[in-house]
Amino acid sequence: MSTDVKTIPQEQHIAPNGIKLPIYMDNHATTPMDPRVLEEMLPYFMEKFGNAASRNHSFGWAAEEGVETARERIARLVGATTKEIIFTSGATESDNLAIKGVAEMYKEKGNHIITAVTEHKAVLDTCKRLEKYGYRVTYLPVQKDGLVDLDDLKRAMDDKTILVTIMAANNEIGVLQPWAEIGKLCRERGIIFHTDATQAVGKVPVDVNKQNIDVMSISAHKMYGPKGVGALYVRRKNPRVQISPIIDGGGHERGMRSGTLNVPGIVGLGKACAIATEEMPKESCHLAGLRNRLRDKIMGRLDEVYINGTMEHRLPGNLNISFAYVEGESLLMGINDIAVSSGSACTSATLEPSYVLKALGTGDDLAHSSIRFGLGRFNTEAEVDYVADRVVDTVQRLRELSPLYEMAKEGVDLKSVKWAAE
Amino acid sequence: MSYSDKVLDHYSNPRNVGSMDKSSQDVGTGLVGAPECGDVMKLQIKVNPQTSVIEDAKFKTFGCGSAIASSSLATEWVKGKTVEEALQIKNTEIVKELSLPPVKIHCSVLAEDAIRAAIHDWKKKNGVEAKAPATAEAHQ
Repeated sequence: MSTDVKTIPQEQHIAPNGIKLPIYMDNHATTPMDPRVLEEMLPYFMEKFGNAASRNHSFGWAAEEGVETARERIARLVGATTKEIIFTSGATESDNLAIKGVAEMYKEKGNHIITAVTEHKAVLDTCKRLEKYGYRVTYLPVQKDGLVDLDDLKRAMDDKTILVTIMAANNEIGVLQPWAEIGKLCRERGIIFHTDATQAVGKVPVDVNKQNIDVMSISAHKMYGPKGVGALYVRRKNPRVQISPIIDGGGHERGMRSGTLNVPGIVGLGKACAIATEEMPKESCHLAGLRNRLRDKIMGRLDEVYINGTMEHRLPGNLNISFAYVEGESLLMGINDIAVSSGSACTSATLEPSYVLKALGTGDDLAHSSIRFGLGRFNTEAEVDYVADRVVDTVQRLRELSPLYEMAKEGVDLKSVKWAAE
Repeated sequence: MSYSDKVLDHYSNPRNVGSMDKSSQDVGTGLVGAPECGDVMKLQIKVNPQTSVIEDAKFKTFGCGSAIASSSLATEWVKGKTVEEALQIKNTEIVKELSLPPVKIHCSVLAEDAIRAAIHDWKKKNGVEAKAPATAEAHQ
């Protein structure tokens, strides 16, 4: 596997042990492009610049050929047919198109939508908007392990339910929902099942037929492809799903998504899918190995460290840990040559800690102390070891600085303290 | 979020980290904030009973880099001041010194609260009449 990432747009320096710094370990936010993807895209900027909708000259045909190859590659990765793949600008658009498109198309049938509280904002905020237009939305809670309870789902379904939208893999804690079972429950009741599979496609096996998926959002830049391009899978058979467009215009993508196609981006998405089809089994094994190594190295040396979400059903590259008595942003400051994310309020625009962790029943204090490690294709074992050392050292240093750690060591029950409000 | 050089300096080399015996007569302890809010500061002062001069100060903080820097700076500033002088320290001065952005102003407020709480504790312990109520001043 190539670790030769050609362009990291940050000033690089080299650690004493030869590791290039900064280390990128935030692959749920975005992934670096695979050089093979870039190579495949490049001709489509200059030589093959045509509009894929130009049917009467070779420039258009060349572009169209690139697009159709990409469509085949995406379809192959997820077990779909080419006519079921619609290109979009990314997963946020795909989520909007899926949810609003189904809601509009099936409004005569019903007005009830079911989703979960740990969904991405692209789903939650879309559902909230539909509520303003008279739709009824049920937000399912999740269990402590981050998974929805299928009995809760069953109970929420009624004869007005037209859509269930539950993500495949969570972007913060990486847990994999039981999509096949959710899809089955939906299929039995004639309800459409949409899944936001942004984090899952290319990382874990996806088969829209085996997993009973009707509509699925896909993003390129989470799987080593370019930003600004994604796709929506829309089932055509057993059952045929129809969606109303949210963008009107030239009738591209069988009328579901007008707008001139982003040909280089689409070619890149296709190549990213082709690589994933080939390399996923090996890569997921490699990533899970690195992830477990990171977990063991950290947890072997620190006490009061908690993993958020189930380890059993989880993306291979995800580790989300809370370090008790240490605030997340200060931890990020201490490991500033490592790119990761925190669920701390201090790192968010809203000054609220992660709503996903809160939904698991994680206390606000531990939500503030959480770090998300997102391992990816280009991370190495040496990087994992370096990250583990830096994290352990910084947590130890910050705990020495933490009045909470001191109080806990003195045997004070922090829950019983009456904290003075700010 | 980018940090000012002064915040980074206090974060990397915090001044006066530690704890003093909170049962000691000449030590005042302030514990402010809450874990759920992501900030807890403990600030302690050791006061000369004759002169009311703060001879030593220690802190421990659970919080972001700006919270650590604010409390570290607070310990530097109170040292050598009388308790009455220390009560004059305003959070706005901390904001200015550390170039804190608007979203971090609450860190400076908490540091000011910690100073006041520590002094209040010392006064209560030593039966000194509270000339300035610990929390009556309006914050920015």
